[in-house]
Amino acid sequence: MGEFFRVALAVAAKDIRVEHRSRTALVSALAFAVLTLVIFNFARDAASLSRDAMAPSVLWITIAFSGVVALNRSFALERENAALDGLLLAPVSRAALFLGKYLANLAFVFAVEAVALPMFVVFFGVDIGGVIAGVILVMVLATAGFVAVGTVFAAMTVRTRLAELMLPLLLLPFMLPPVTWAVQATARLLSGRPAGEIVGWIRLLGLYDLVFLTACLLVFPSLMDE
Amino acid sequence: MPERVAANRTASRGLALIAVGLAGLAGIYVLALRFTPVERFQGLPQKIFYVHVPAAWSALLAFSLVGIASGLYLWLRDPRLDRFAESSASAGLVFSVVMLTTGPLWGKPVWGTWWTWDARLTFTLILFFLFLGYRALRSAVADPLERARFSAVVGLLGFVLVPFVHLTVYLFPTLHPQPIVLKPSAPSLPGTMLRTLLASVGVYTVLLAGFVMTRYGLGTGEEGNREGRDDGR
Repeated sequence: MGEFFRVALAVAAKDIRVEHRSRTALVSALAFAVLTLVIFNFARDAASLSRDAMAPSVLWITIAFSGVVALNRSFALERENAALDGLLLAPVSRAALFLGKYLANLAFVFAVEAVALPMFVVFFGVDIGGVIAGVILVMVLATAGFVAVGTVFAAMTVRTRLAELMLPLLLLPFMLPPVTWAVQATARLLSGRPAGEIVGWIRLLGLYDLVFLTACLLVFPSLMDE
Repeated sequence: MPERVAANRTASRGLALIAVGLAGLAGIYVLALRFTPVERFQGLPQKIFYVHVPAAWSALLAFSLVGIASGLYLWLRDPRLDRFAESSASAGLVFSVVMLTTGPLWGKPVWGTWWTWDARLTFTLILFFLFLGYRALRSAVADPLERARFSAVVGLLGFVLVPFVHLTVYLFPTLHPQPIVLKPSAPSLPGTMLRTLLASVGVYTVLLAGFVMTRYGLGTGEEGNREGRDDGR
């Protein structure tokens, strides 16, 4: 078991190191997230719709779209120079490979969110002070689920024609439940509702994570055998 | 070659089933319009119920078949399971389109709106997109083995997703009627209407079987053709 996690961490560390050295992907994904926030501000009739009413939806649509953009590049790296073949030649468990790629993708999407959230607070004038811990918890739980499915799908779509188009087509239906629940939870957090109204959504998010992380760990190996 | 012959036979049997199903569908129209009472509050638009609900039934059945066949394929790696999943997905796509077009046609006169973000509507829309994504992925992968594995993963994960979508949309207020047949207490549909509905469900199930069999047979033949060409080179 120790070996399993050692491999996963090695794969994740490799991906994070590559991202860290080039930074192009991360900077582009960050710029994409911030641009989405800017567009949302102008795609709103200021006279009839207050920023507050729209804020939770804006935050989550931005995260969902940035997530797809971020995941799209996750296996593109492996495809160049047939790096994936090298990984597959290594005598390690495919599930550990998945966990490694998953952790790296998670780190990438969290990095985007870490910038998008403060920008969201600034642009939309949201008072997040008292509920920051709750919002971060919702973000972590919602992201953990859709990134798992996205990692599996990205591994497939990178080997198809129209990869950039195929991933959102497959992944967006899977984002619907966690994003909907996250919007519900965030809206209640931001409007200062009691914790009892939020626990249910948090539980659903946790359940989604548990089910899909397990399912993805189980199906990923069958994508990789040649 | 015997496999090709068997495939052709499956396809022709499927076509025969489709013919039976279409004749049955004509019968359902007569039964629904002539021999089933007009609903008191909704009037004639309610007749679309006898097409809409059975189409939804067939789409859901097809989706379950895709999920189960996909799971079995990942386990057993039998190409026939992949072909079966593909056939079910194609047939399911057709039925989900029927469901999504008859729904608004019924909704407009009765609810006063083409579309509402109701649990079942949203659910079936997502179902439609899952079918669509499954088909799109298949057409984007060239290698047959890779295509089979990839689409099986999507089919299986889609099957896992369904309860979650259901849970999501169930938590929103709705215009859509609650279940009237499959519910813990006795069906609240009058006997004659129930009879027409069940007959229509039967017809739609025959149509689904016909579509799946035809497609399956044709798929097997197509693959045979491709292999034949490869051998010739």
